[in-house]
Amino acid sequence: MDLLLIFISAAIVNNFVLSYFLGICPFLGVSNRLEKAFSMGVASTFVMVLAAMATWIINNWILIPFNLPFLQYVAFIIVIASLVQFVEMFIRKSSPTLYRSLGIFLPLITTNCAILGLALLSALREYNFLQSLTFGFAAGVGFTIALCIMAGIREELDLAPIPEPFKGAPITLIIAGLLALAFMGFAGLISG
Amino acid sequence: MNSIIVGLLTMGGLGLFFASVLAIASEKLKVKEDPRVEEVYEALPGLNCGACGHPGCHALAEAIVAKGDLDGLRCPPGGSASDEKIAEILGISVGAEIRKRAVIKCGGGKSLAGQRADYHGIKTCTAAQLVVGGAKACTFGCLGYGDCVTVCPFGAIRIDEEGLPKVDELKCTACGLCVQACPRKIIDLVSCANRIVVNCNSHDKGAQVRKVCKVGCIGCMICVKVAPEGYTVKDFLAKVNYDKGDAVAEPGQAKCPTKCIVKL
Repeated sequence: MDLLLIFISAAIVNNFVLSYFLGICPFLGVSNRLEKAFSMGVASTFVMVLAAMATWIINNWILIPFNLPFLQYVAFIIVIASLVQFVEMFIRKSSPTLYRSLGIFLPLITTNCAILGLALLSALREYNFLQSLTFGFAAGVGFTIALCIMAGIREELDLAPIPEPFKGAPITLIIAGLLALAFMGFAGLISG
Repeated sequence: MNSIIVGLLTMGGLGLFFASVLAIASEKLKVKEDPRVEEVYEALPGLNCGACGHPGCHALAEAIVAKGDLDGLRCPPGGSASDEKIAEILGISVGAEIRKRAVIKCGGGKSLAGQRADYHGIKTCTAAQLVVGGAKACTFGCLGYGDCVTVCPFGAIRIDEEGLPKVDELKCTACGLCVQACPRKIIDLVSCANRIVVNCNSHDKGAQVRKVCKVGCIGCMICVKVAPEGYTVKDFLAKVNYDKGDAVAEPGQAKCPTKCIVKL
Protein backbone atom coordinates (compact mmCIF):
# COMPACT_ATOMS: atom_id res chain seq x y z
CA MET A 1 0.00 0.00 0.00
CA ASP A 2 2.83 2.28 0.94
CA LEU A 3 4.64 1.53 -2.31
CA LEU A 4 1.48 2.03 -4.35
CA LEU A 5 1.05 5.43 -2.73
CA ILE A 6 4.62 6.39 -3.57
CA PHE A 7 4.08 5.21 -7.14
CA ILE A 8 0.89 7.18 -7.77
CA SER A 9 2.26 10.20 -5.99
CA ALA A 10 5.47 10.34 -8.02
CA ALA A 11 3.97 9.32 -11.36
CA ILE A 12 0.87 11.47 -11.41
CA VAL A 13 0.13 13.73 -8.46
CA ASN A 14 3.62 15.10 -7.98
CA ASN A 15 4.68 14.51 -11.56
CA PHE A 16 8.34 15.45 -11.91
CA VAL A 17 7.88 17.54 -15.01
CA LEU A 18 4.48 19.06 -14.49
CA SER A 19 4.46 19.76 -10.79
CA TYR A 20 8.13 19.85 -9.71
CA PHE A 21 9.25 21.39 -13.03
CA LEU A 22 12.28 19.13 -13.24
CA GLY A 23 13.60 17.91 -16.57
CA ILE A 24 12.02 20.71 -18.56
CA CYS A 25 14.66 20.70 -21.29
CA PRO A 26 13.97 17.21 -22.65
CA PHE A 27 10.26 17.91 -22.05
CA LEU A 28 10.46 20.77 -24.57
CA GLY A 29 13.34 19.47 -26.67
CA VAL A 30 12.46 15.86 -27.40
CA SER A 31 8.68 16.16 -27.46
CA ASN A 32 8.03 16.94 -31.11
CA ARG A 33 7.44 13.33 -32.19
CA LEU A 34 5.59 10.72 -30.17
CA GLU A 35 7.97 7.91 -31.08
CA LYS A 36 11.04 9.89 -30.04
CA ALA A 37 9.35 11.06 -26.84
CA PHE A 38 8.53 7.49 -25.90
CA SER A 39 12.12 6.30 -26.47
CA MET A 40 13.39 9.18 -24.39
CA GLY A 41 10.90 8.36 -21.66
CA VAL A 42 11.89 4.69 -21.60
CA ALA A 43 15.59 5.55 -21.53
CA SER A 44 14.98 8.02 -18.69
CA THR A 45 12.96 5.49 -16.71
CA PHE A 46 15.76 2.99 -17.09
CA VAL A 47 18.39 5.45 -15.89
CA MET A 48 16.14 6.69 -13.08
CA VAL A 49 15.70 3.22 -11.63
CA LEU A 50 19.44 2.58 -11.80
CA ALA A 51 20.22 5.99 -10.34
CA ALA A 52 17.73 5.47 -7.51
CA MET A 53 19.45 2.21 -6.60
CA ALA A 54 23.01 3.51 -6.88
CA THR A 55 22.42 6.75 -5.02
CA TRP A 56 20.56 4.93 -2.26
CA ILE A 57 23.57 2.64 -1.75
CA ILE A 58 26.03 5.55 -1.78
CA ASN A 59 23.86 7.60 0.54
CA ASN A 60 23.08 4.91 3.10
CA TRP A 61 26.31 2.93 3.08
CA ILE A 62 28.86 5.73 2.63
CA LEU A 63 27.55 9.23 3.17
CA ILE A 64 25.39 8.68 6.24
CA PRO A 65 27.82 6.37 8.16
CA PHE A 66 30.62 8.91 7.59
CA ASN A 67 28.31 11.75 8.54
CA LEU A 68 28.71 13.47 5.16
CA PRO A 69 25.18 14.19 3.88
CA PHE A 70 26.35 17.67 2.83
CA LEU A 71 28.27 15.99 0.01
CA GLN A 72 25.08 14.52 -1.47
CA TYR A 73 24.96 16.85 -4.48
CA VAL A 74 28.53 16.23 -5.58
CA ALA A 75 28.47 12.52 -4.83
CA PHE A 76 25.16 11.99 -6.64
CA ILE A 77 26.32 13.86 -9.70
CA ILE A 78 29.45 11.71 -9.88
CA VAL A 79 27.45 8.53 -9.40
CA ILE A 80 24.85 9.38 -12.00
CA ALA A 81 27.35 10.57 -14.60
CA SER A 82 29.58 7.51 -14.28
CA LEU A 83 26.60 5.19 -14.16
CA VAL A 84 25.20 6.55 -17.41
CA GLN A 85 28.61 6.36 -19.06
CA PHE A 86 28.95 2.76 -17.96
CA VAL A 87 25.47 1.80 -19.09
CA GLU A 88 26.09 3.42 -22.45
CA MET A 89 29.25 1.38 -22.98
CA PHE A 90 27.54 -1.77 -21.80
CA ILE A 91 24.54 -1.37 -24.10
CA ARG A 92 26.78 -0.49 -27.03
CA LYS A 93 28.60 -3.76 -26.57
CA SER A 94 25.71 -6.03 -25.71
CA SER A 95 22.88 -4.75 -27.88
CA PRO A 96 23.66 -2.51 -30.85
CA THR A 97 19.96 -2.30 -31.71
CA LEU A 98 19.03 -0.96 -28.30
CA TYR A 99 22.05 1.33 -28.45
CA ARG A 100 20.85 2.81 -31.72
CA SER A 101 17.37 3.48 -30.39
CA LEU A 102 18.49 4.84 -27.00
CA GLY A 103 21.99 5.90 -27.97
CA ILE A 104 21.44 9.58 -28.60
CA PHE A 105 19.30 10.01 -25.52
CA LEU A 106 21.55 8.40 -22.93
CA PRO A 107 24.23 11.13 -22.84
CA LEU A 108 21.43 13.71 -22.76
CA ILE A 109 19.92 12.08 -19.68
CA THR A 110 23.17 12.43 -17.71
CA THR A 111 22.56 16.12 -17.36
CA ASN A 112 18.84 15.77 -16.76
CA CYS A 113 18.00 17.51 -13.49
CA ALA A 114 15.05 15.17 -12.93
CA ILE A 115 17.53 12.37 -12.13
CA LEU A 116 19.44 14.44 -9.60
CA GLY A 117 16.14 15.69 -8.18
CA LEU A 118 14.97 12.11 -7.79
CA ALA A 119 18.13 11.11 -5.89
CA LEU A 120 17.99 14.15 -3.61
CA LEU A 121 14.27 13.81 -2.91
CA SER A 122 14.48 10.15 -2.00
CA ALA A 123 17.42 10.93 0.34
CA LEU A 124 15.46 13.80 1.87
CA ARG A 125 12.40 11.63 2.48
CA GLU A 126 14.55 8.86 3.97
CA TYR A 127 13.05 6.13 1.80
CA ASN A 128 14.23 2.56 2.26
CA PHE A 129 15.73 0.66 -0.68
CA LEU A 130 12.47 -0.72 -2.05
CA GLN A 131 10.74 2.61 -1.63
CA SER A 132 13.42 4.54 -3.52
CA LEU A 133 13.35 1.92 -6.25
CA THR A 134 9.59 2.40 -6.60
CA PHE A 135 10.05 6.14 -6.45
CA GLY A 136 12.63 6.03 -9.25
CA PHE A 137 10.45 3.84 -11.44
CA ALA A 138 7.35 5.96 -10.79
CA ALA A 139 9.23 9.16 -11.56
CA GLY A 140 10.33 7.62 -14.85
CA VAL A 141 6.80 6.56 -15.70
CA GLY A 142 5.52 10.03 -14.86
CA PHE A 143 8.21 11.58 -17.03
CA THR A 144 7.25 9.31 -19.92
CA ILE A 145 3.57 10.15 -19.48
CA ALA A 146 4.26 13.89 -19.52
CA LEU A 147 6.56 13.60 -22.54
CA CYS A 148 4.10 11.46 -24.49
CA ILE A 149 1.13 13.72 -23.76
CA MET A 150 3.17 16.71 -24.88
CA ALA A 151 4.38 14.95 -28.02
CA GLY A 152 0.84 13.85 -28.89
CA ILE A 153 -0.42 17.41 -28.59
CA ARG A 154 2.50 18.82 -30.55
CA GLU A 155 1.92 16.39 -33.41
CA GLU A 156 -1.66 17.67 -33.62
CA LEU A 157 -0.42 21.25 -33.41
CA ASP A 158 1.53 20.79 -36.63
CA LEU A 159 -1.78 20.70 -38.46
CA ALA A 160 -3.64 23.28 -36.36
CA PRO A 161 -4.19 26.84 -37.62
CA ILE A 162 -1.90 28.57 -35.10
CA PRO A 163 -1.39 32.32 -35.54
CA GLU A 164 2.06 32.92 -37.06
CA PRO A 165 3.67 34.65 -34.04
CA PHE A 166 2.71 31.71 -31.78
CA LYS A 167 4.19 28.99 -33.97
CA GLY A 168 7.01 26.92 -32.52
CA ALA A 169 8.32 27.69 -29.05
CA PRO A 170 5.58 30.08 -27.82
CA ILE A 171 2.68 27.69 -28.33
CA THR A 172 4.75 24.86 -26.82
CA LEU A 173 5.35 26.87 -23.66
CA ILE A 174 1.66 27.76 -23.44
CA ILE A 175 0.72 24.09 -23.81
CA ALA A 176 3.25 23.14 -21.14
CA GLY A 177 1.66 25.65 -18.77
CA LEU A 178 -1.84 24.36 -19.48
CA LEU A 179 -0.70 20.78 -18.93
CA ALA A 180 0.82 21.74 -15.58
CA LEU A 181 -2.49 23.40 -14.67
CA ALA A 182 -4.37 20.26 -15.67
CA PHE A 183 -2.09 18.09 -13.55
CA MET A 184 -2.82 20.33 -10.57
CA GLY A 185 -6.24 18.73 -10.66
CA PHE A 186 -4.66 15.58 -9.21
CA ALA A 187 -3.41 17.54 -6.20
CA GLY A 188 -6.28 16.49 -3.96
CA LEU A 189 -5.90 12.79 -4.76
CA ILE A 190 -3.10 12.01 -2.30
CA SER A 191 -1.25 14.36 -0.02
CA GLY A 192 2.53 14.03 0.10
CA MET B 1 38.64 19.45 10.54
CA ASN B 2 37.99 15.75 10.85
CA SER B 3 34.93 15.86 8.63
CA ILE B 4 36.92 17.68 5.94
CA ILE B 5 39.49 14.89 5.83
CA VAL B 6 36.83 12.19 5.86
CA GLY B 7 34.91 14.07 3.16
CA LEU B 8 37.99 14.45 0.99
CA LEU B 9 38.92 10.81 1.40
CA THR B 10 35.39 9.59 0.69
CA MET B 11 34.93 11.71 -2.40
CA GLY B 12 38.43 10.91 -3.58
CA GLY B 13 37.77 7.23 -3.06
CA LEU B 14 34.45 7.41 -4.86
CA GLY B 15 36.00 9.30 -7.75
CA LEU B 16 38.87 6.86 -7.99
CA PHE B 17 36.52 3.90 -7.84
CA PHE B 18 34.26 5.17 -10.63
CA ALA B 19 37.20 6.31 -12.73
CA SER B 20 38.81 2.89 -12.57
CA VAL B 21 35.52 1.12 -13.29
CA LEU B 22 35.00 3.33 -16.34
CA ALA B 23 38.61 2.90 -17.46
CA ILE B 24 38.36 -0.89 -17.23
CA ALA B 25 34.94 -0.88 -18.88
CA SER B 26 36.10 1.25 -21.79
CA GLU B 27 38.83 -1.32 -22.50
CA LYS B 28 36.74 -4.44 -21.89
CA LEU B 29 33.63 -3.19 -23.66
CA LYS B 30 35.32 -1.64 -26.65
CA VAL B 31 33.30 -2.00 -29.82
CA LYS B 32 35.26 -2.65 -32.97
CA GLU B 33 34.00 -0.29 -35.63
CA ASP B 34 34.77 -0.78 -39.27
CA PRO B 35 37.74 1.58 -39.84
CA ARG B 36 36.33 2.46 -43.24
CA VAL B 37 33.35 4.19 -41.57
CA GLU B 38 35.72 6.77 -40.13
CA GLU B 39 37.49 7.18 -43.49
CA VAL B 40 34.24 7.62 -45.37
CA TYR B 41 33.11 10.08 -42.70
CA GLU B 42 36.29 12.09 -43.27
CA ALA B 43 35.56 12.18 -47.02
CA LEU B 44 32.10 13.68 -46.44
CA PRO B 45 31.77 17.45 -45.94
CA GLY B 46 30.77 17.06 -42.28
CA LEU B 47 27.96 19.61 -42.50
CA ASN B 48 25.34 17.32 -40.93
CA CYS B 49 22.80 19.07 -43.14
CA GLY B 50 20.58 16.00 -43.52
CA ALA B 51 20.09 16.51 -47.27
CA CYS B 52 20.85 12.82 -47.86
CA GLY B 53 17.98 11.76 -45.62
CA HIS B 54 20.21 10.43 -42.83
CA PRO B 55 20.45 12.04 -39.38
CA GLY B 56 24.01 13.18 -39.97
CA CYS B 57 27.21 12.57 -41.90
CA HIS B 58 28.24 9.73 -39.60
CA ALA B 59 24.97 7.89 -40.16
CA LEU B 60 25.41 8.23 -43.92
CA ALA B 61 28.99 6.93 -43.66
CA GLU B 62 27.73 3.90 -41.74
CA ALA B 63 25.01 3.27 -44.30
CA ILE B 64 27.47 3.55 -47.21
CA VAL B 65 29.95 1.13 -45.64
CA ALA B 66 27.17 -1.29 -44.68
CA LYS B 67 25.88 -1.32 -48.26
CA GLY B 68 29.33 -1.19 -49.86
CA ASP B 69 27.86 0.87 -52.64
CA LEU B 70 27.01 4.49 -53.36
CA ASP B 71 23.71 3.71 -55.05
CA GLY B 72 21.05 5.98 -53.57
CA LEU B 73 23.36 7.01 -50.74
CA ARG B 74 24.94 10.08 -52.23
CA CYS B 75 25.81 13.22 -50.38
CA PRO B 76 24.22 16.15 -52.27
CA PRO B 77 26.52 18.88 -50.86
CA GLY B 78 29.65 16.76 -51.23
CA GLY B 79 28.87 16.11 -54.87
CA SER B 80 31.21 14.22 -57.15
CA ALA B 81 34.31 15.22 -55.15
CA SER B 82 33.28 13.25 -52.07
CA ASP B 83 31.73 10.49 -54.20
CA GLU B 84 35.11 9.84 -55.82
CA LYS B 85 36.94 9.78 -52.50
CA ILE B 86 34.43 7.37 -51.00
CA ALA B 87 34.54 5.15 -54.09
CA GLU B 88 38.32 4.98 -53.70
CA ILE B 89 38.03 3.95 -50.04
CA LEU B 90 35.49 1.26 -50.85
CA GLY B 91 37.29 0.18 -54.03
CA ILE B 92 34.31 0.68 -56.34
CA SER B 93 33.58 2.89 -59.33
CA VAL B 94 31.36 5.95 -59.25
CA GLY B 95 28.25 5.80 -61.38
CA ALA B 96 27.30 8.98 -63.15
CA GLU B 97 24.72 11.20 -61.54
CA ILE B 98 23.54 14.45 -63.01
CA ARG B 99 24.12 17.42 -60.78
CA LYS B 100 21.27 19.61 -59.65
CA ARG B 101 21.21 23.25 -58.68
CA ALA B 102 18.74 25.66 -57.13
CA VAL B 103 16.57 27.66 -59.54
CA ILE B 104 14.76 30.74 -58.31
CA LYS B 105 11.48 31.09 -60.16
CA CYS B 106 11.02 34.85 -60.26
CA GLY B 107 12.23 37.44 -62.76
CA GLY B 108 10.35 40.41 -61.31
CA GLY B 109 13.14 42.68 -60.16
CA LYS B 110 12.80 46.27 -58.97
CA SER B 111 12.35 47.76 -62.44
CA LEU B 112 9.88 45.15 -63.67
CA ALA B 113 7.60 44.34 -60.74
CA GLY B 114 5.68 46.85 -58.64
CA GLN B 115 5.40 47.37 -54.89
CA ARG B 116 2.04 47.81 -53.18
CA ALA B 117 3.40 49.29 -49.96
CA ASP B 118 6.52 50.58 -48.25
CA TYR B 119 8.02 48.01 -45.91
CA HIS B 120 10.24 49.26 -43.10
CA GLY B 121 10.21 46.18 -40.87
CA ILE B 122 12.83 43.53 -40.20
CA LYS B 123 14.79 42.91 -43.38
CA THR B 124 14.12 39.22 -43.85
CA CYS B 125 11.75 37.53 -46.26
CA THR B 126 10.11 35.56 -43.45
CA ALA B 127 9.35 38.71 -41.46
CA ALA B 128 8.08 40.57 -44.52
CA GLN B 129 5.88 37.63 -45.47
CA LEU B 130 4.32 37.67 -42.00
CA VAL B 131 3.22 41.30 -42.41
CA VAL B 132 0.16 40.79 -44.64
CA GLY B 133 2.28 38.89 -47.15
CA GLY B 134 4.99 41.43 -47.85
CA ALA B 135 5.21 44.69 -49.75
CA LYS B 136 5.61 43.30 -53.24
CA ALA B 137 2.52 43.73 -55.40
CA CYS B 138 2.92 40.16 -56.66
CA THR B 139 2.08 37.81 -53.81
CA PHE B 140 3.98 34.89 -55.38
CA GLY B 141 7.24 36.54 -56.37
CA CYS B 142 10.59 36.95 -54.69
CA LEU B 143 10.66 39.37 -51.74
CA GLY B 144 14.37 39.92 -52.22
CA TYR B 145 15.56 40.22 -48.60
CA GLY B 146 17.82 37.25 -49.12
CA ASP B 147 16.80 34.59 -46.60
CA CYS B 148 18.19 32.14 -49.14
CA VAL B 149 21.49 34.04 -49.17
CA THR B 150 21.74 33.89 -45.37
CA VAL B 151 20.96 30.20 -45.16
CA CYS B 152 23.28 29.07 -47.98
CA PRO B 153 26.33 27.39 -46.37
CA PHE B 154 28.33 27.65 -49.60
CA GLY B 155 27.89 31.32 -50.48
CA ALA B 156 26.35 30.30 -53.78
CA ILE B 157 23.53 32.89 -53.81
CA ARG B 158 23.83 36.66 -54.02
CA ILE B 159 21.31 39.48 -54.48
CA ASP B 160 21.87 41.33 -57.76
CA GLU B 161 21.26 45.00 -58.53
CA GLU B 162 17.64 44.19 -59.46
CA GLY B 163 17.08 42.89 -55.91
CA LEU B 164 16.75 39.28 -57.02
CA PRO B 165 18.84 36.33 -55.84
CA LYS B 166 21.20 34.80 -58.37
CA VAL B 167 22.53 31.26 -57.97
CA ASP B 168 26.15 30.48 -58.76
CA GLU B 169 25.81 27.04 -60.35
CA LEU B 170 29.41 26.10 -59.69
CA LYS B 171 29.08 26.71 -55.97
CA CYS B 172 25.54 25.35 -55.55
CA THR B 173 25.43 21.80 -54.22
CA ALA B 174 21.65 21.34 -54.25
CA CYS B 175 21.54 20.83 -50.50
CA GLY B 176 18.02 22.25 -50.46
CA LEU B 177 18.38 24.56 -47.46
CA CYS B 178 17.27 27.60 -49.50
CA VAL B 179 14.23 25.65 -50.72
CA GLN B 180 13.14 25.30 -47.11
CA ALA B 181 14.14 28.83 -46.09
CA CYS B 182 12.10 30.62 -48.76
CA PRO B 183 8.75 31.61 -47.22
CA ARG B 184 7.17 31.81 -50.68
CA LYS B 185 8.51 28.46 -51.86
CA ILE B 186 9.80 29.79 -55.16
CA ILE B 187 13.06 27.81 -55.24
CA ASP B 188 13.26 24.44 -56.98
CA LEU B 189 16.12 21.99 -57.36
CA VAL B 190 16.49 21.37 -61.09
CA SER B 191 19.02 19.26 -62.96
CA CYS B 192 21.90 21.30 -64.44
CA ALA B 193 21.10 19.75 -67.83
CA ASN B 194 17.82 21.72 -67.96
CA ARG B 195 18.74 25.21 -69.11
CA ILE B 196 15.20 26.38 -69.94
CA VAL B 197 13.02 27.28 -66.97
CA VAL B 198 9.83 29.24 -66.32
CA ASN B 199 11.05 32.26 -64.40
CA CYS B 200 7.77 32.89 -62.57
CA ASN B 201 5.80 31.43 -59.69
CA SER B 202 2.53 33.38 -59.98
CA HIS B 203 -0.75 31.51 -59.97
CA ASP B 204 -2.68 34.75 -60.47
CA LYS B 205 -4.82 35.17 -63.57
CA GLY B 206 -3.22 36.85 -66.57
CA ALA B 207 -4.80 40.29 -66.06
CA GLN B 208 -3.66 40.46 -62.43
CA VAL B 209 -0.12 39.32 -63.35
CA ARG B 210 0.10 42.03 -66.03
CA LYS B 211 -0.91 44.65 -63.47
CA VAL B 212 1.91 43.79 -61.05
CA CYS B 213 4.78 42.48 -63.15
CA LYS B 214 6.15 42.87 -66.68
CA VAL B 215 7.76 39.43 -66.86
CA GLY B 216 5.15 37.22 -65.17
CA CYS B 217 3.57 34.09 -66.59
CA ILE B 218 0.02 34.97 -67.66
CA GLY B 219 -1.03 31.42 -68.40
CA CYS B 220 -1.62 32.21 -72.08
CA MET B 221 -0.90 28.61 -73.14
CA ILE B 222 1.20 29.71 -76.15
CA CYS B 223 4.14 27.60 -75.00
CA VAL B 224 1.92 24.54 -74.78
CA LYS B 225 0.55 25.19 -78.30
CA VAL B 226 4.03 25.55 -79.78
CA ALA B 227 5.66 22.77 -77.77
CA PRO B 228 2.95 20.48 -76.36
CA GLU B 229 5.52 18.00 -75.06
CA GLY B 230 7.66 20.58 -73.33
CA TYR B 231 5.20 22.37 -71.03
CA THR B 232 2.18 21.96 -68.83
CA VAL B 233 0.08 24.89 -67.62
CA LYS B 234 -1.75 24.53 -64.33
CA ASP B 235 -3.52 27.29 -62.38
CA PHE B 236 -2.35 29.94 -64.84
CA LEU B 237 1.31 28.99 -64.46
CA ALA B 238 3.45 27.23 -67.05
CA LYS B 239 5.90 24.56 -66.00
CA VAL B 240 8.68 23.02 -68.07
CA ASN B 241 8.49 19.24 -68.30
CA TYR B 242 12.07 18.82 -67.17
CA ASP B 243 12.30 15.13 -68.02
CA LYS B 244 11.59 15.85 -71.72
CA GLY B 245 14.74 17.97 -72.08
CA ASP B 246 15.60 21.38 -73.45
CA ALA B 247 15.28 20.55 -77.15
CA VAL B 248 11.53 19.98 -76.82
CA ALA B 249 11.02 23.15 -74.76
CA GLU B 250 13.07 25.40 -77.05
CA PRO B 251 10.27 26.59 -79.47
CA GLY B 252 8.02 27.51 -76.54
CA GLN B 253 10.71 29.64 -74.99
CA ALA B 254 11.13 31.69 -78.18
CA LYS B 255 7.39 32.40 -78.45
CA CYS B 256 6.68 33.38 -74.83
CA PRO B 257 5.01 36.83 -75.02
CA THR B 258 6.10 38.04 -71.58
CA LYS B 259 9.57 36.53 -71.84
CA CYS B 260 9.11 34.70 -68.55
CA ILE B 261 10.46 31.47 -70.00
CA VAL B 262 14.21 32.00 -69.95
CA LYS B 263 17.37 30.18 -70.85
CA LEU B 264 19.83 30.27 -67.97
